[in-house]
Amino acid sequence: MIFIVGRMSVMSFEENEAIIEVNDLGFSYGPSAILKNVTFLVEAGEFLGILGPNGSGKTTLLRCMTGTLKPSCGEVFLDGRGLSSMKRREVAKMVSVLPQEPATDFGFTVQEFVAMGRLPHLERFEKEGPYDQKKTKWAMEVTNTYHLRGRLITSLSGGEVQRVFLAKALAQEPRILFLDEPIAHMDMNYQVEMLDTVKRLNQEHGLTVVAIMHEANLAAAYCDSLLLLSEGTVFDKGPIERVFTVENIEKLYGLDVIMLRHPVNGTGLVFPVYGETCSARP
Amino acid sequence: MRLLRDKWQVITMPVLLVLFLITGVLSLGTGAVEFNAGEVVRAVIAGLNGQMRGLEITPRETIIFYIRLPRVILAAMTGAALAASGAVYQGIFRNPMADPYVMGTSAGASLGATCAFMLPINIGFLSLGSVPLLAFAGSLVAVMLVYGLAKVGDRTPVLNLLLSGMIVSSILSAIVSLMMFVMPTGVLHGLAFWLMGGFSGRGWSNVAMITPYFILGLSIVLVFSRDLNALLLGDEPAMHLGIEVSKVTKALIVAASLLTACAVSSGGIIGFVGLVIPHVLRMCLGPDNRRLVPASLIFGATVMMAADALARIVIAPQELPVGIITALCGGPFFVYLLRQYKTDSYQL
Repeated sequence: MIFIVGRMSVMSFEENEAIIEVNDLGFSYGPSAILKNVTFLVEAGEFLGILGPNGSGKTTLLRCMTGTLKPSCGEVFLDGRGLSSMKRREVAKMVSVLPQEPATDFGFTVQEFVAMGRLPHLERFEKEGPYDQKKTKWAMEVTNTYHLRGRLITSLSGGEVQRVFLAKALAQEPRILFLDEPIAHMDMNYQVEMLDTVKRLNQEHGLTVVAIMHEANLAAAYCDSLLLLSEGTVFDKGPIERVFTVENIEKLYGLDVIMLRHPVNGTGLVFPVYGETCSARP
Repeated sequence: MRLLRDKWQVITMPVLLVLFLITGVLSLGTGAVEFNAGEVVRAVIAGLNGQMRGLEITPRETIIFYIRLPRVILAAMTGAALAASGAVYQGIFRNPMADPYVMGTSAGASLGATCAFMLPINIGFLSLGSVPLLAFAGSLVAVMLVYGLAKVGDRTPVLNLLLSGMIVSSILSAIVSLMMFVMPTGVLHGLAFWLMGGFSGRGWSNVAMITPYFILGLSIVLVFSRDLNALLLGDEPAMHLGIEVSKVTKALIVAASLLTACAVSSGGIIGFVGLVIPHVLRMCLGPDNRRLVPASLIFGATVMMAADALARIVIAPQELPVGIITALCGGPFFVYLLRQYKTDSYQL
């Protein structure tokens, strides 16, 4: 009994704990500062969307948070450990990243490719064991790509490629999943399918998700919280209900918008007030 | 869609091993004096026995053990080294056209080796090993130059790589020509003989000379072959899989340069093997370097032994430079394969 209570208290502690802490992060490329004084927390199990106009530093921020770029100042902590002191492999055991436009100029089959997600968990000469195979299969099933396993990546459609990349990211058993505009070039049906899959993993497995979003309305529909990035600084960060407002979006994009409610899902929808040249007028 | 490799993946390795053994024995038996397979095997065993116990062996056994065997081993090592370094270069540069020849590494190695020929022969321990050592230094410098020139950000576009490989290659070759022009005739003869490519007149001392480089280069490649798979996905995706990309890339470049140095210092400049062998095998095995690298070693060795045997018999009693054979056979075969499987295999 004591054991159970102890365990539960640990768990509840973990739920509230920040899994990512970005502390006074700055990044400069030559003389121009791309990120300045970026500070925020992401809780374990949070689904955070990052919104911002082009050139606001979203991708740079993501790269600093995944360790592929070294920040000029400040530090990122993953689960309390400084990213700069972690080995790549330690980071990879915890974090996986879905790139914006994945390169597919190699001849791996879907099965071989997804299995590469197990790399960080294997020692140098260790072969994939039953657990690795199970995880690989699970990742393909969750993303609805298991039936494609014998196909070459190069023979897949764009939507299928993204799902296969998600499968590889999941085979990595991450605690945090980073998405860089995961759906920007996808058809509408694939966008919804992809976000549904990620959201289900977020809800059922407590996966923390940090996603750069291109489409504000989809962000409002799927994310728990939003980080608004403007000219390299945090403009606002908080739960959707508080941050996703007409004023914030107007200031962020410098555009007049109106907000509606989605008639089926009830989520907020923003639309720009179109310019004078717009053809249909009341 | 059925892939060629679905059919071939399992049987490729055993087939390659059998081919390797058959070619080895046949190659030992062919030449000015012919031997049958049984005689070859007996002679090799007798030679080993004789070495260990200090026994005398017959003149026919001497031909096999002291003349043919080191030459065939050298050819096998050269072929293996070229094919493996080709596979590595294609992987790290994510470029199907990369190979030691195209990358200018061979030219760098030959410049290094040429310098070694120019050196006064007796400088201590270097006297035996200066050729592969300087060939290694040359190939390393060449690949750094080519990579540095071709690099844009963290990518090396195909066109840049080919162009800078060509430029560096021709500059280095020009320097070699210049050196040949000014060097004393005695040295020139030896060098020209060596540069033409081929294994005639090579002995056990040549095998001993390149073995350390071969083993070191090969071990590095085998240790990092899974990391090389991840590098195929791109630098950033490889980082996200926990690979220390710059460290691994450097180690692999050094390894591939060691292997190129081996090949060039034993056989001169031999094109096409490094490019064709990994491609052919990729069609049968897929891009997984854990299978591809060992298969390239064995198949590269087989092809080079066969090419060397051909070089010995085509216009016997004279010998052809082996590079001519590899280019004449390798080129058209590659074109044929490319057309056949263009749609699903012209990629890494």
